[in-house]
Amino acid sequence: METVTMTLTSQPELFLECYNVTPDQFAGKSLAEIAALPAHEGKIQWKLGDFFKFDGKAGETAADTKIVVNGDVRRMKRFGQKMSAGEIVINNDTDMYIGGWMTGGKITVKGNADSFLGIAMEGGEILIEGDAQNHVGSAYRGDWRGMSGGLIRVKGKAGNDIGTAMTGGTIIIEGDAFIHVLTHAEGGTVIIKGDVEGRVGGQMVKGDAYIFGNILYPLPGFKKIATVEKEVDGATYTFDQFIGDLGERKTKKKGEIIYGNIYLKK
Amino acid sequence: MPKVIENVGCPYCGCSCDDVRVTVSDDGKDILEVENVCAIGTEIFKHGCSKDRIKLPRMRQPDGSMKDISYEEAIDWTARHLLKAKKPLMYGFGSTNCEGQAAAARVMEIAGGMLDNCATICHGPSFLAIFDNGYPTCTLGEVKNRADVIVYWGSNPAHAHPRHMSRYSIFPRGFFTGKGQKKRTVIVIDPRFTDTANVADYHLQIKQGHDYELFNAFRMVIQGHGNDLPDEVAGVKKEQILEVAEIMKNARFGTVFFGMGLTHSDGRNHNIDIAISLTRDLNKVSKWTIMAMRGHYNITGPGVVWSWTFGFPYCLDLTKQNHAHMNPGETSSVDMAMRDEVDMFINIGTDAGAHFPIPAVKHLKKHPWVTIDPSINMASEISDLHIPVCICGVDVGGIVYRMDNVPIQFRKVIEPPEGVMDDETLLNKIADRMEELKAKGEA
Repeated sequence: METVTMTLTSQPELFLECYNVTPDQFAGKSLAEIAALPAHEGKIQWKLGDFFKFDGKAGETAADTKIVVNGDVRRMKRFGQKMSAGEIVINNDTDMYIGGWMTGGKITVKGNADSFLGIAMEGGEILIEGDAQNHVGSAYRGDWRGMSGGLIRVKGKAGNDIGTAMTGGTIIIEGDAFIHVLTHAEGGTVIIKGDVEGRVGGQMVKGDAYIFGNILYPLPGFKKIATVEKEVDGATYTFDQFIGDLGERKTKKKGEIIYGNIYLKK
Repeated sequence: MPKVIENVGCPYCGCSCDDVRVTVSDDGKDILEVENVCAIGTEIFKHGCSKDRIKLPRMRQPDGSMKDISYEEAIDWTARHLLKAKKPLMYGFGSTNCEGQAAAARVMEIAGGMLDNCATICHGPSFLAIFDNGYPTCTLGEVKNRADVIVYWGSNPAHAHPRHMSRYSIFPRGFFTGKGQKKRTVIVIDPRFTDTANVADYHLQIKQGHDYELFNAFRMVIQGHGNDLPDEVAGVKKEQILEVAEIMKNARFGTVFFGMGLTHSDGRNHNIDIAISLTRDLNKVSKWTIMAMRGHYNITGPGVVWSWTFGFPYCLDLTKQNHAHMNPGETSSVDMAMRDEVDMFINIGTDAGAHFPIPAVKHLKKHPWVTIDPSINMASEISDLHIPVCICGVDVGGIVYRMDNVPIQFRKVIEPPEGVMDDETLLNKIADRMEELKAKGEA
């Protein structure tokens, strides 16, 4: 795998939209061609080379290209948007839309990520070593299809709207989360290893939430039916199983009603 | 002889009452009497003929004072700064007509900036919920003529929409509601015992910020899982939930009016989202509709005008020139201000100085700030340029959308102060000037 290292040389005055920083865009290009790729700061169209210095070499294909981002990129958004393969490593905090609409490959952020992390993601893997903000793996506004595949792991905490309208894939939050987990979900798995304030599984048709800590305000729409043992993220635990949301419409499979599940660790 | 003008529209709240009677002096410059209007509406008409109206644009001087300048200078200054800014933001439009809002869309499309309206700090979450879940709504006329169960959830019309209850919902006698209030059941859901709760048959004193749970409980009952409810949800007893749910199910025609109590508490759009889901559930057994208690008389207008222009009602990002983008959280005014993401601000037909959080105002104040408003307000007093305009519904007419998306033609009742422009003319002149500067290559 070939590596392109991009190092920040000057800060934008506002925020820079780095929608072209993906292995798909970099693959097969020379460093000069990469530096000439556009990026937007408001209505001004810059070149990536106006803000970054590029070293290394891009691979022939996206799968063969790794991008390492160095410098303070807290005012840069949309890294890895729509990427399909390859790898991005961001050695700092970063802004919104990391890995939005991505279909494959891997993104590692060695700091915090802002909101809309992996929104409408279809595949691939995102690892955030710090915290994430709101709308992790959720749907874009008005879309009924949120994250549909892949894995998002946030080592710190996250805000609200985790896996909203999710249809598949897995989100793991190792810290606490605020409200609205798997709201409107039609599938997928969310694992929260810390506490949640509330509203887990509201309007959920299908999907599984595993909560290791407490749910401060549980929804009335969930009913306890069993105590089960489950293997989650490589280890086996005992959980209380709740089904719901009993207020939401339900689908049937082979004559049986399919419920959403909340597994609350005992 | 003083002239009486009938069926005038009131430029205050989302009720957009259109039955106002205004008596105007012989010379058409003074308003002598205003009838059929609430105390706040009266004040707006009185302000229209105040002798203290600002008549010329005012520019901030290096010593901090304001100096009168001509409209031409103000238009040129605004056009040049809009072209120079990387990401200008125009925000407001609660109190102007649709013609002005369409002209604003033209300005920001040329300038390549952000366009937002007061919904961003008001009923924006309702839009997001409507995107997600639809909007089974009706007009206020249908409520008046058909509704026998009225729910006010997180809204207090007694104070915010003074004529809402008497003109549309609780008290009027309509075609199928000949007995008026006597045959209507009123349910108020609010953490406080408001003046609206005072006229209700049922007041559910919900725990603040837990509306989502209570909606969930109502949906459980409608889906036949009432027995599984815990003894208390969000501070409301199970028996009371079952009783009110029964009234809802047996309604002939019900309407849920919701306000800031839902859009301004945690969860925001999800509170509305589940309210819409509840309305849908109720429609399996009865006939139910839902409506947002929109704040200003034409705050529904920009949502309608920009939806047909750009495809989105608010929080528009027009910086890419060839397509519009919208994602509140990123493109919403307060978020952009807090993140220091815009470099020019135009406040029009509202008062961001009073309504935005102080840190947001401080960030915006670092950059050029223009206020377009007939009155002196907090925004005008901190701006670099204040351009006075006509007051829609008083000295200029125009199309206005009521809270139920019904367009109403508002009328001019008095002549504007000499030389004062209306929003549409002013904004079109700014757009023309920008086009001129671009053609000359000065942009």
